[in-house]
Parts: sequence; structure tokens; C-alpha cells
Amino acid sequence: MSEKSIFENISRAPTSQRASEIEAGPKGAIGGTVSVTIDGEKMKVPLGTTILEACREMGVHIPTLCHHEDLCIAGVCRMCLVEVEGMRTLQASCAYPITAPISIRTHTAKVRRARRHIIDLMLKYHYGECYACGRNNNCELQSLAKEYGVDYFRFGHPEKPMYEIDRSSHSVVRDMNKCVLCRRCVRTCIDLQEVGVLEAIHRGEKTIISTYLNKPLGKVVCINCGQCINRCPTGALRANDPTDEVWAAIDDPSKHVIIQTAPSPRAGIGECFGLEPGTPMTYQMNTALRRCGFDKVFDTNFTADLTIIEEGSELLIRLYKALVEKDESVALPQFTSCSPGWVKYLEHFYPEMIPNLSTAKSPQQMFGAVIKTYYAKMHNIDPKNIVTVALMPCSAKKFECNRPEMCDSGFKDVDYGLTTRELGKMISEAGIDLPAMPKSDFDDPFGTATGSGVIFGATGGVMESALRTVIELVVGCKVEDLFDHADIMPVRGFDGIRYVELKIDNVGPVPSIVSHLVPNWDWLKGATLKVAVAHGTANAKKVLDDIKAGGKFSECHFIEFMACPGGCLGGGGQPIPTTPEIRAKRAEAIYAEDSACEVRKSHENPAILQIYNEFLMEGPCGHLSHKLLHTSYTARGKYIS
Amino acid sequence: MITSTCRNLTFETIEPWAGLKRAMELGQAGIIREVTDSGIKGRGGAGFPAGVKWNLCAAAKDPLKYIICNADEGEPGTFKDRVILTDFADLVFEGMIIAAMAIKATEGILYLRGEYTYLREGLEAQLLALRVNKKLGENACGVKGFDFNIKIRMGSGAYVCGEETALIESLEGHRGEPRNRPPYPVNTGFNGHSTAVNNVESLAWISCILSKGSKWFSQHGTEKSTGLKLFSVSGDCDKPGVYELPLGITVAELLVEVGGSNAKAVQIGGASGRCVPAIEFDRKIAYEDIPTGGSVIVFGPGRDMLDVAQNFLEFMVEESCGQCTPCRYGNPTLLEGVQMLREGRCSAGYLKELVSLGETIQIASKCGLGQSSANAFLSIVKHFKEEIMGRAIGDA
Ligand SMILES: Cc1cc2nc3c(=O)[nH]c(=O)nc-3n(C[C@H](O)[C@H](O)[C@H](O)COP(=O)(O)O)c2cc1C
Ligand code: SF4
Repeated sequence: MSEKSIFENISRAPTSQRASEIEAGPKGAIGGTVSVTIDGEKMKVPLGTTILEACREMGVHIPTLCHHEDLCIAGVCRMCLVEVEGMRTLQASCAYPITAPISIRTHTAKVRRARRHIIDLMLKYHYGECYACGRNNNCELQSLAKEYGVDYFRFGHPEKPMYEIDRSSHSVVRDMNKCVLCRRCVRTCIDLQEVGVLEAIHRGEKTIISTYLNKPLGKVVCINCGQCINRCPTGALRANDPTDEVWAAIDDPSKHVIIQTAPSPRAGIGECFGLEPGTPMTYQMNTALRRCGFDKVFDTNFTADLTIIEEGSELLIRLYKALVEKDESVALPQFTSCSPGWVKYLEHFYPEMIPNLSTAKSPQQMFGAVIKTYYAKMHNIDPKNIVTVALMPCSAKKFECNRPEMCDSGFKDVDYGLTTRELGKMISEAGIDLPAMPKSDFDDPFGTATGSGVIFGATGGVMESALRTVIELVVGCKVEDLFDHADIMPVRGFDGIRYVELKIDNVGPVPSIVSHLVPNWDWLKGATLKVAVAHGTANAKKVLDDIKAGGKFSECHFIEFMACPGGCLGGGGQPIPTTPEIRAKRAEAIYAEDSACEVRKSHENPAILQIYNEFLMEGPCGHLSHKLLHTSYTARGKYIS
Repeated sequence: MITSTCRNLTFETIEPWAGLKRAMELGQAGIIREVTDSGIKGRGGAGFPAGVKWNLCAAAKDPLKYIICNADEGEPGTFKDRVILTDFADLVFEGMIIAAMAIKATEGILYLRGEYTYLREGLEAQLLALRVNKKLGENACGVKGFDFNIKIRMGSGAYVCGEETALIESLEGHRGEPRNRPPYPVNTGFNGHSTAVNNVESLAWISCILSKGSKWFSQHGTEKSTGLKLFSVSGDCDKPGVYELPLGITVAELLVEVGGSNAKAVQIGGASGRCVPAIEFDRKIAYEDIPTGGSVIVFGPGRDMLDVAQNFLEFMVEESCGQCTPCRYGNPTLLEGVQMLREGRCSAGYLKELVSLGETIQIASKCGLGQSSANAFLSIVKHFKEEIMGRAIGDA
């Protein structure tokens, strides 16, 4: 099943905002084709194909705005209008399924005039100048205006802003002056994410997109995933941008500025520089970051590996308590906790399941804590002079680093969360041509990360990494003996929810790294490990509801959840646009990097072994680990004051 | 040739439940044939042939089907559905039961305009009586296996909720916003099920058609617009009120009837209708010429046509659901133009732009509201250009 069809099945959007399914179900299901004539050319398409799809198939360009490949069909902007023979009114091609032979004209005088009028009308209500906008040159309204030769404001243009900009959220900034009411954000929030923070209110000209009672975004149940940002055609939604502060830190000679970079930005940042999606820029980016002035460039994958060890150990402890000590208070399945959007989703909508959430911090936050303690001590730098910046594909990471409890180093563990887009801007601002940069490696002592850390960027990646380690630690054999090239294919892919069972036939000796946790593995012999993966909180919701109902997911031991469709590579901080195709290409880049890594399993990372030898000497889940690398959560609930 | 005037309606002469009795004799196919033969088109404004609609519903393979009576009567200047619901509600319920037999509906819903809440108690009492008399409920009308009930749901004052798909959205608890079509409600309606939406008057006439025969009905009116129709007449005339007249009547004939012969113009079809100037009073009120849901507003010689245009546009700006661009932003732009005209600031060139915009709104909007929202403005600009352009600067 494709990603899209999964989302369609769960649509909660009102039917006025939903794809027009033809009566016999999904397209092609009835079988048969139907003939269409587009601008005089004939072709056959499967019954139920929309006019837009047919036109694209034939290479005829139809402008769209409210249409987005990830979302259900709204048919509200009316940009994609075409003339259908025999019909008085123009038809929105995105919302018109072809069920009988029709003849279409795509650029008659009426059509051109209507499209131009629609752009003119949007501009009449769209406050702001293109050159003073974060989406300059990456704005769909601007492109349409260019495409249709708009050179004056036919019906006028606002001179003053109408709405105050909402900067209350750490992650998402809303500027309704630039909103064109395509409602993609509404459909994203309701359908993809099942959060439902955004909805249209009022009618007619007064219609705006609003939160509950028009409260500031920072005060409602927004999970900060930023998926709405990625789908906003204009600059109405953007991430809360800390680049000024980051530049100020770089420019301050007393500050030691460190950047850690997550796996997904390197697979996406090329897009900011006109490269094909999926062009890896890992090593060019390292050079560019140094040239920007960062003192050290570290790979977040180091703490991804650390997360695997800590979270994996936590899982083993839970399993031991549940299975051997028969402790019924142990919460299983254990949920991953590295996606801050997902964590906040759970805190709001399923607070009663917080005990299931791994207490391990996300790799970003572990890194912050390690830098301001272990690294600071090692290099004799006063942590108060260290500024840690996290390059993330994510807008929720901005909220996460500002959580008040994230100060276990004695300082704010991570000072700033920077998105891929924001770093792209910094690199351009520094006059650096990223693709032309020479390659350079990450800095020591955390330099050599593993392929396991890299694949954290794709949905299923955390699970695959965890399994690589758990299999080797418990079974005592090589993962390669069970899975070709250590690629655990069953957990990969873009299906919204995946479920995998692994029978543990044999067990090995307990390796020293976890020997303080369990006496032996005998209790796991013959057991079947049940795991699952879900991405997009709408899918997460399905799994959680199943668990509550005592369904098959309630018998799982470990479940990976990612707030964003596709995992981090589709995060709310990644380059715009996003489509299933673009996400698939980024995933290819990520799995290619994993495949090329010398070390591909977290527990074999020498830097990991070193930190447990030198610093976290009580081992995984030990006292110091608990202080620095684990956290607690807040039951927020749905009801806001 | 004019059959009757205000308060002298065919509905008064119909023997109660005779239509239903005949419907039971005819059976499903027979009912649909009778309705189709009568040629009756929807009395709610859109004028879709009722027989065709029922046929599509009957053909839909769906275990749950609905018949919805659209009593959201919100078109400015109409009040005929209110009269029917006040005095002849049983004819409407009878029509709904007949519809249910024809399409095999399991449930009927009367969607009542919020402003008509005062009618609800009486209507509920009538429905209760029908349940007691076993006309509704399990094995309704004594037909084994025919389980059919009618409930009342209230609208809350949005004109757009009279549009059938917005009405359904509102029934489902969403914002009242029209849906994309296709699919049509006959296939995918209330809660995704096959649904026939019919106007109050349409259903009342169907009871009459079943009782008096399709021939009786189709002898009135024109070939393409058969039958009698209720008109809600208001404005500058001597005898405003509800009139029953045959379709195909000319505007001039209607004006004689209502005492408005000196009119300067007549708005036919309410805010979404057209403004007909005196020189066109020989035109017919019929689906093939000037269609209407029944609203007739007469403008006497003293009326300022710019006021009229402004009034109707203000209504549309207020009532647009705001979903699609042309209607949401186009109508306020036209209204702004009216203000410019008033102040003598609108050049002939800009007026042309506005007319062109109005034409776009007509063909580019998502639903019937937007598609007809510019009608009044466009017809007034067309026929009263001199009057509206003649304002001196500062003449506001
Ligand atoms: C903006 C708008 C408002 C409407 N309001 C009403 C209404 O108040 N009553 C009504 O019967 N039909 C109304 N209609 C027409 C309905 O959409 C639908 O065509 C009608 O209820 C079908 O019934 P009929 O075929 O019996 O006329 C409206 C249509 C539009 C576009
Ligand atoms: S035409 Fe107007 S009322 Fe109809 S969908 Fe569009 S905005 Fe809403």
C-alpha cells in the first residue's frame, strides 16, 4: 500500500475537503478505462482518474495550489480549472474523477482569465512583499504570479497587515497575513497527523485559519511537527528561526560553538542548492560548517548509537522484570522517544501511556548533555562558554531543547535547534557554494559513527538499529547471518504501520556492556520478539488505539514511533516541497550512507565503548546515564486553559 | 389563464393521503414513472428533474438511503416554503413517505431553517401523530418491511446550508461547506449514503401529482417547465404574498396579477437570481428562460438600482462560506466596486474589469452560491449602466 492511500483511508476531514471517491471504491477498482480528449488529443485512462492526473499523464501542465500529493483533495483554490465540453461552469481538475468519456480544454480564454483572476484576488488579500519573505523564490503563489505574467495588482494590494504574527511557539510561526486559505495546513494537521489544531473559522472574506478559540499556537495542543510548514505554499507558516542568535555566538570569540548534525539534513540540504533530492552532502556540509565558523562539527549519529545502547538496555530491563520477575507494573510495549513531535503527541493525547515511553533522551539532547560535561571536561572548556547548536530536520527539536527539564548538564544542554532550511540560508549568506565544497570528516572524539546512527533518519531506522544490536548482544551471532548485509528489510519501507516478529532460537553469553543488567539470556530462549514501526501521528494513533483495545500491538515489546511521515527525512525542518517521491529519494541517500559505513552497529562504535569506559562507568542505564541521558515527561492532556 | 391567487392554492383542495394511497398501488417503479411523466423539476432553485433524481437514488446499491427535505429556505424574498410548512405540512410528509417508497429510503430528515424554529413544535406534533397512526415507524403505512421514520434537524442561519451538499455537511456536524461534485448526493450523500434532497414545495407537489395524476400536472406550464409553482412576491407592488401560478407566465402577466405594472425592474430568483428590466418583461418565468426558486421582488420607478446591486452583493459577501477563492474574494471586490461607483470613482475601464471578474465568479466558483452571486450585479450593470455610472464625484 502506498503512503498516500494509507492517509486517505483514515481521512477525518469533512467530505467537502476530501477526495471524491467514485462510488465503486478506489480508482481502477471497477476495472476498465475511459477515453479522455485533452486539447484535442485522445487518450485512455483508468476509470476514476482525475482530470488533473490525466493531464499530467499527457504532459499538460495544470497550475495547482491547494492540491498536495500527500493530502486529500479540497478543490478550493480553483487554480486548476479547465473547461469540460458540455458543462456551463469550469471544473476543478483535481477534484473531478473521470467516469464517462469527456473532452477537456485546458487553456481557453475563459480558463486563462479565471486563473488570472484567482491570482489577482489572492494578491489583493496577501500582505507582504516577496523580497522580504523567507519563502522568496520558493513560494507557490509567487511562481503562479510569474507564470501568469502578473505585473500589476489588478484589484489592489493590502498596504497594512491585518493580523498580528503569532510567535508564541518555539517551533512554528504563523503569519496569517500571507495565508491564501488553501487549507493544506488544516488537512495536514487533521489527516496526516490527527492532531487537529488548525481549522478554518468565520465565513466569506473573514475566513481565517485559526487555532482553538484563536489561542496562540504555543498554548494549544500543537505537537510542533511542522508538517504544516512543509505543505504551506507561501510564507504564512514557517519555523521559529534562531540564525541571528547562532551567528552572534559564532561571532563572539569567547564562545566555543559546536554543531551536531543529524542524519536527515545531509540527505536534504542539497535541495536548497538546486540539487536533486537524495544527493548526499555529508562531507561537503562539514566543510561548509567549518567555513561558517563553527568550532567543532560533530555527528549526532554518535548519540544515536548511545540512544540505542541506553534504550536497548532499558528494554532489556523491562523485559527481565516483566518476564522473569513477573513484575506486573512494568509498562510494555516500550515506545521510542527520539521524535519530540511524537513525544508531545503522546503527552497530550495519551498521557496515560507515558510509562511506556522510553526514558532515554533523544540523540539531540543526549549530545547536548555529553558535550557540556564529558567533552567540556576532556577539553578543559568551561561549559558556560560552550554553545551547542543542533542541525535537525525538525521543528519540534526547537521546542524539545527548550523544555525546562533539558538542563541536566547544569546548563541548557542544547542551545539552539537549527533546521536544514535555516542552515541552507546561513551557508548561502556566508557566500558558500555547498555542492562545490571539498569533503571533510566529522571532528573527534565522536567522529566515527555507525550506519545504525545514520538510518535513524528514516522510518524504521531506530528499530533496525536496535535489532542489529539486540540480536548480536542476545543471540550472540552476527546479524549478517540472519539478514543479508545486516539489512533488516522487514522494518524498512513507507507503509504507515509495520509489524515484525523475530523468534529467538538461541542465546549467547551476556556481553560485558550489559552484564550488570541481567545474569544470563536463558529466559529469552525460544521467545518471539514482537516489534512495530509507525510514522505520522495518524498512524501512531491507530497503533495506540489498538493497544488500548488489547489488539495485536498490545503484545509488542518495542514500537518505534515517528511524528513525521517518512520519519525524520520528511521532518518539518526539511527543504520545501515534500512529496512521497522526494522522501523516497532522501531515504535512498540515507540507506546508501549506512551501507557504505565501516561499522554499522551501535555497540561496535569505538567512541561508544570509550565513553562507557571513561565517563559513564556504571554502564548503560547506570547512575550517571540516568542523570544525563534519561528524562521524564509531562502529562499535558488535551484540555487547554 | 391565471389559475389562482394568494391563499387560493391547489394544496387546499387535495384530499389528504390520497397520493400516498395511489403510490402504494403503483409501487416503486410506478411512482418514479408517474413523477417522471409529470415532468416536475426541483422547486428549490436548481430545477433538476425530480424523477431522474429518484431514479438515480433507486438504482444506487446502498442498504441505507436517506430522503432529506430541504426546508432551509434562505433565499432573500422567499417565504413560500414557510407557508407550506405552516398550512400543508402533511403534504410534505406525505411526499417524503412517497419518496421513501420510491427510492427505498430508511430515514427521512427535515432540515428546517433556524429562523423557523417556531414551527418545530407543531411539526413534531404532526410527526408524532403520524407515528401513532402508523404512517411512520416499523412497517410504515401497513407495508410489511417498510421501516421509515422522519426526524427534524435544525439549521442555524447559514444561507449556504441550503445548498444540498453543504446541508449534508452541516447534518454531519461539520462546517456548512459545499462538497466537490461529483460524486453527487444520490450516490454519496449523508454519512456517505445515497441521499435524495428535495425541496419542501417539490415534495408537496409530488403528493398532488400522485393524487391527481401526472397528466393533470403537466397540462400546466410549458413543455420544459411543467406544472404550477408558488411564487413569493414582495417589493413595490400592491398585493405582495404567495401566489400559485403556472410556469411559463411572463413577467408582465405576473406584474398585472400582483399589482406592480409600473415596475422598473423585477428581481427573479432572489439574491442569486437576475434583475429583469422593463424592456424584458415579456420574458417567461420558466426553467428554459428565467429560472427561479420562487422569489420575485418588484422594484418601482423610484428605486436606485445601485442600492439594489449593493444590497444583494452585501448578502453574498456575508453568506459566502469562504471556501473557494472566486466567491470569497471576488464578491467583496465587486462590492468595493459598487462603493466606487457610488462615489463616482469607478472608471469605465475598471467597471469592465469588474464585469469580467463577475463572469469568472459565475463559472469558477465551487458551488451554486458563488456561481450565482454575481448575477444580480451583472444584470444591473448591463441594463442600468447609465443610472449607476452617472454619479458625480463626491455624490455619495
Ligand atoms: C446557495 C444555495 C442555497 C440553496 N438554498 C436552498 C433552499 O433554501 N431550499 C431548497 O430547497 N433548495 C436550496 N438550494 C438548492 C439545493 O441545493 C437543492 O438543489 C435542492 O434542495 C434540491 O431540491 P429540489 O430538486 O426539489 O429543488 C440552494 C442552493 C444553493 C446553491
Ligand atoms: S462558491 Fe462561495 S459559498 Fe460556494 S463553496 Fe465557494 S466560497 Fe463557499
